[in-house]
Amino acid sequence: MAIIERPSTPAVVGAGAGAPAVVTPSQAYGVLRRPVAATGWRSWVFTVDHKKLGIMYGVVSLFFFLVGGFEALLIRLQLAGPEGTVLSAGLYNEMFTMHATTMVFLFVMPMAAAFANYLVPLQIGARDVAFPRINAFGFWCFLAGAIFINTSWFLGGAADGGWFMYQPNANALFSPSHGIDFWGLGLQITGIASLTGAVNLIVTILNMRAPGMSLMKMPIFTWMILVIQFLLLFAMPVITVALFLLMFQREFGATFFDVSAGADPLLWQHLFWIFGHPEVYIIVLPGFGIVSEVLPVFARKPLFGYRFVVFSGAAIGFVGWGVWAHHMFASGLGPVSVAVFSVATMLIAIPTGVKIVNWTMTLWGGKIWFSTAMLFAIGLIVEFTIGGLSGVTHAVAPSDTQQTDTYYIVAHFHYTIFGGAVLGLFAGFYYWWPKIFGKRLSESLGKWNFWLMIIGMNLTFGPMHIIGLQGQPRRMMNWTEARAGEGFFNLGFWNRVASVGSLILAVGVAFFIVNIWVTHRPSSKTPKSELDPWDARSLEWITQNPPKEHNFDSIPTVHALDEFFHRKYEVDHDTGEVTKVASAEEILAAEEAKADHHIHLPSPSYWPIILAFSLPVMGYGVIFNRFLIVAGALGVLLAMFGWALEPSVADDSDYDPPAEGGSNKELATIG
Amino acid sequence: MSTTEHQSDPHVEPHAADVAHDGHADGEFAHKPDSYYVKIALILAVITALETSTYWIDFGAFFLPTLLILMAIKFVMVASLFMHLKFDSKIFSWMFYSGLLLAIGVYVAFLATFRFFAPT
Amino acid sequence: MAVHTPVTDGHDDHGHGAAHATSTGLSNNKMAMWLFLGSECLLFGGLISTYMLYRGRHPADLGPDQIYDIPFTSVSSFILLMSSLTMVLAVSAASMKDDRRTNLWLTITALLGATFVGGQVYEFTSFYREGLGFTSSLFSSSFYTLTGFHGVHVTVGIIMLMALVGINKRGRIPGQKAEVVELVGLYWHFVDVVWIIIFTLVYLIPS
Repeated sequence: MAIIERPSTPAVVGAGAGAPAVVTPSQAYGVLRRPVAATGWRSWVFTVDHKKLGIMYGVVSLFFFLVGGFEALLIRLQLAGPEGTVLSAGLYNEMFTMHATTMVFLFVMPMAAAFANYLVPLQIGARDVAFPRINAFGFWCFLAGAIFINTSWFLGGAADGGWFMYQPNANALFSPSHGIDFWGLGLQITGIASLTGAVNLIVTILNMRAPGMSLMKMPIFTWMILVIQFLLLFAMPVITVALFLLMFQREFGATFFDVSAGADPLLWQHLFWIFGHPEVYIIVLPGFGIVSEVLPVFARKPLFGYRFVVFSGAAIGFVGWGVWAHHMFASGLGPVSVAVFSVATMLIAIPTGVKIVNWTMTLWGGKIWFSTAMLFAIGLIVEFTIGGLSGVTHAVAPSDTQQTDTYYIVAHFHYTIFGGAVLGLFAGFYYWWPKIFGKRLSESLGKWNFWLMIIGMNLTFGPMHIIGLQGQPRRMMNWTEARAGEGFFNLGFWNRVASVGSLILAVGVAFFIVNIWVTHRPSSKTPKSELDPWDARSLEWITQNPPKEHNFDSIPTVHALDEFFHRKYEVDHDTGEVTKVASAEEILAAEEAKADHHIHLPSPSYWPIILAFSLPVMGYGVIFNRFLIVAGALGVLLAMFGWALEPSVADDSDYDPPAEGGSNKELATIG
Repeated sequence: MSTTEHQSDPHVEPHAADVAHDGHADGEFAHKPDSYYVKIALILAVITALETSTYWIDFGAFFLPTLLILMAIKFVMVASLFMHLKFDSKIFSWMFYSGLLLAIGVYVAFLATFRFFAPT
Repeated sequence: MAVHTPVTDGHDDHGHGAAHATSTGLSNNKMAMWLFLGSECLLFGGLISTYMLYRGRHPADLGPDQIYDIPFTSVSSFILLMSSLTMVLAVSAASMKDDRRTNLWLTITALLGATFVGGQVYEFTSFYREGLGFTSSLFSSSFYTLTGFHGVHVTVGIIMLMALVGINKRGRIPGQKAEVVELVGLYWHFVDVVWIIIFTLVYLIPS
């Protein structure tokens, strides 16, 4: 449904300017003109460029990282002293629910999507993803869902049932506010983003690799993203079912989880954790992928046992489907189920251990450069291993029964998620920052950032092992001095330590924000980054920093794993000696010299954002006024037809100068 | 929405599309005559009639296995022949059936924890 | 498939578009559709399992064995099954670029689908008259949820079919027409195979 304008240079918006629109009859219909802006807010809002979408994913999820962190600080402030009064009991429930929801669904997952969006096409030598408009749609769905969930704070209170939303506690009887409705519907919307993103990235990775890049020559980060997308593909529909049942129960009077009606509330737990356990790996594997890129670069050695890292990643993804009930050992599953899931859970420690060994062996004998990115990567190995070990203690069902619902669990999953996923993401920030923004972040501020975060996280989550084993339950709004215990195991002391730790952690994160500001403020003296600041190994570095809109002037042909390294260096197979044969600049110049003449990028579109923002309208409709459902549905229908009728790439004759034989510069900037 | 992302050049001769594909090119593959599909539909109809007959005729101990096997046959026939999985790339079969088998595995285990399959 | 230059396009000044190869040689669109259908298996699996868990939880006089009208449902199942035949004939006609027959078979498929949905509406109404509301029992809630989800899928399919006919008549299907018809066909057949499972597990096997 678009009249395609001629994106001339400079791009003109609206009719009448420049040459009359040349449209081919097959495409000239509809009411809306196609967006063409190459600069300004329109170039972002209607973009289908995977790099812009990646940056937007990153900015929004970083914002929600700060929101989730703020919620965590309030929780720690409440627990800093006995009988805390910072938050009311109800608000405390909302706070820990939204802290987890925000961190899992609005920070770690979309931040992984940010990296995947930005880097996967670059790492496989593609000019965009397979479905650019669906990519844009995914981002706007995520944003729409995130805003939708958080508006609940102002419309009667946020969700308060814990991020797992156990039934029947999350039923309207015990949680009468609309918070859980917002939560469920909002997660449906962000779930659409995950599902469409999964389909899109799988097709991209399988179908759009540069010539010569077989699966076993693919960068390891891309491999891990592929595994994650399969997990998302199959896990999202399960939570979709659960959330629909929840909605039907809360909004339409069904009794799926109502014990008094004869229902099994464990139905919810099963559905949630069938999704929830793959979700755990969805959260942590991006970090694994990132450090598997970072460690070899800064150890100046190839990744030890690339194949093992790939296969153990796939194995984690597969076995991750058979362990969900270890979240439910205390729920009365029966001895057979518990035994089966207990053994399966121990099994999954094997591929995870393989990864740890491979990373350590990558470091062994390397000429290690302790850059900030490298520090974060090493931090991940150490901290995640601690979390992994406490995880093994949960796999033993009798010991888990003791630990269930105590702070020991909180300690465990923060070591794995913060120590695994978040440290990995920070390694990625520092490593790829010059690639994405053209400047290196300050290394000295980065060191502060790293050490404060590491000290902060260990002070925050370390003591939780102790207070958990001492019996302090999770999700309790306060503790009392009378029951805090004596001596070394005094709960009060360790709670205070944890609260102080959380402040240190917050200061560490603040250093990251300061670092960004210092690097990019208008008066910044940070020079433009070198082309290859880290002496990197993979394909994304054979582009400008930041990459041109079409990524590669010519698509590189791949001959080896670590293609970029092998173009720079020659390895003597007998002596193992490495000699530099070409600089990054020379390699890039050689690629640019054979630039393609005819680069045709996907055209921007209005429909993804219109479609995505029709969904929360329907969401508000379910909660407040059924007429809004109809309005939102009409928006969805309109946008779908507009989308279906709009060719995803403007026709050749719609370019100025026309595409045939023209220079590619104008064609590239269609905005 | 995936149905709406197209290879969008209307000028390209449709036959050119298949040049790039390997042995089992999609779109133009395996031109089965209409009668072939009608025959399959007839078989499916007969199986459905057989299934429905269990409502009137007592199959005894064979009742449940018969129904499940007939269901599986119908499913595979439609997937392989009408959805062309048999003629198409194995990757498609692999994607679809991995979802299906995962669903069966996970949900059967899930029902088993509720003692769904325990003799009553 | 919107990106125009993944691999070979750069040196190809004329015949870009559909002709360039993907790494696997397979169409992006079709791969996406199959992935989506693989994902849908987990969705319907969850709904069917929920139904299986709850099918026996109802008042004695309003259970599946009392309320289902097997002959009626058999007929509507048969109609949906036959719509798969007409769909595959539409795909076949589209691959031979026979617009007239493509439109004809697509229309018939949509009509058969609409008959099935009509039958479902009739079935729901008669169940409701017999006292089986959405919230009557765990059985009824899970039954209506499962079959309702399937019905919505069929309805979406009908809309896609009708839209396809409408757009096709105006010659406005962008890209390769045959592939678009095939993609809608895949979705349609999937909805049909889901019903094959539901018909057996939900209707034919007594609780």
